[in-house]
Amino acid sequence: MPHLSWYLALSAILFTIGVVGVIIRRNVIVMFMCIELMLNAVNLTFVAFSSFFQDVTGQLFVFIVMTVAAAEASVGLGIIIAIFRNRESLDVDDASILKL
Amino acid sequence: MLTALFILFAGMAIGCSVAMVAQRNPLYSAISLIGVLLSLACLYMMLAAPFIAVVQVIVYAGAIMVLVVFVIMLLNVEADEPRRERLRFLVPAAIALAAILIGETAFILSSVPNFPTTPRPGSVGLTATVGTGLFTTYLLPFEITSVLLLMAIVGAMSLARRLRVDGNRQNRD
Repeated sequence: MPHLSWYLALSAILFTIGVVGVIIRRNVIVMFMCIELMLNAVNLTFVAFSSFFQDVTGQLFVFIVMTVAAAEASVGLGIIIAIFRNRESLDVDDASILKL
Repeated sequence: MLTALFILFAGMAIGCSVAMVAQRNPLYSAISLIGVLLSLACLYMMLAAPFIAVVQVIVYAGAIMVLVVFVIMLLNVEADEPRRERLRFLVPAAIALAAILIGETAFILSSVPNFPTTPRPGSVGLTATVGTGLFTTYLLPFEITSVLLLMAIVGAMSLARRLRVDGNRQNRD
C-alpha cells in the first residue's frame, strides 16, 4: 500500500521540478507549462490528504484550482500572443521592459 | 500491487516532468506535460477519487493542453537560442533553490511521527459526494468561481482585440 508520505514526497518533487523550470527556461510558453505543473503538484497533495482523511473539502479545492488554471490559461495565452505580436519573440528577457 | 502501480505512475510523472523542463522544443515539452497530467490522473484513480481523475483528463489534458499546443503551433517558434551572459547565474540559483525545497520536504516528512499508512474506507471521491459538497457547504466559492470564469472570458476577449494606433489617437476595431 502506498503511504500518504509517498504521495507528499512525489508532490514535492514535481513542485520543485516546476520551480526549476520556471527559473532556468526563458521560453514564456514553457514557463507557463511549468506553472501548470506546480498547480498539479499541489492538487496531488490536496487529493492525497482528502482521500486519506476522508474529507471532501480537498477535492472541492482541487476542482476550484482547476477552474482557476483554466482561466489563467485563457488569459495568459492571450497575453503571450499579444507579446509575440509586438516583439516577434517568446523570450521573457526581450519583454523585460513594460513599455513597447 | 498498488505499490507497483504507484512506483510506475510516480516514475512516469517525474520522468515526463524532467523531460518537459529539459526539452528544447516547446511542442515536446507540451507533450511531456500531457504525460505528467495523465499519470497524475491515474494516481487520483488509485486514491479513490474518480471524479477528480476524469476532470483532470477532460479539463487539463483535454482543454488546457489543446489550447497550449494550439498557441505553440500558431506562433511556430524555433528552439531556444543560447543563453545570454548576464543570466548565467540562474542555473546555480535554480539548483540551490531546488536543494533547499527538497531538503525542507525531507525534513518535514521525517519529523512528522505517525503518517496514516492506509486510507480510511469511505465514499469521498464519488461524484455524488463531491456534488453534494459543492452545492451545499461550498456554494459561495462555487458562485465566486463562476464570476472568475466570466472575468477571464471578458479579459481574454479584450486582449484578443487588436489595438490600432493611427495619428495621435488610439481606436479599437
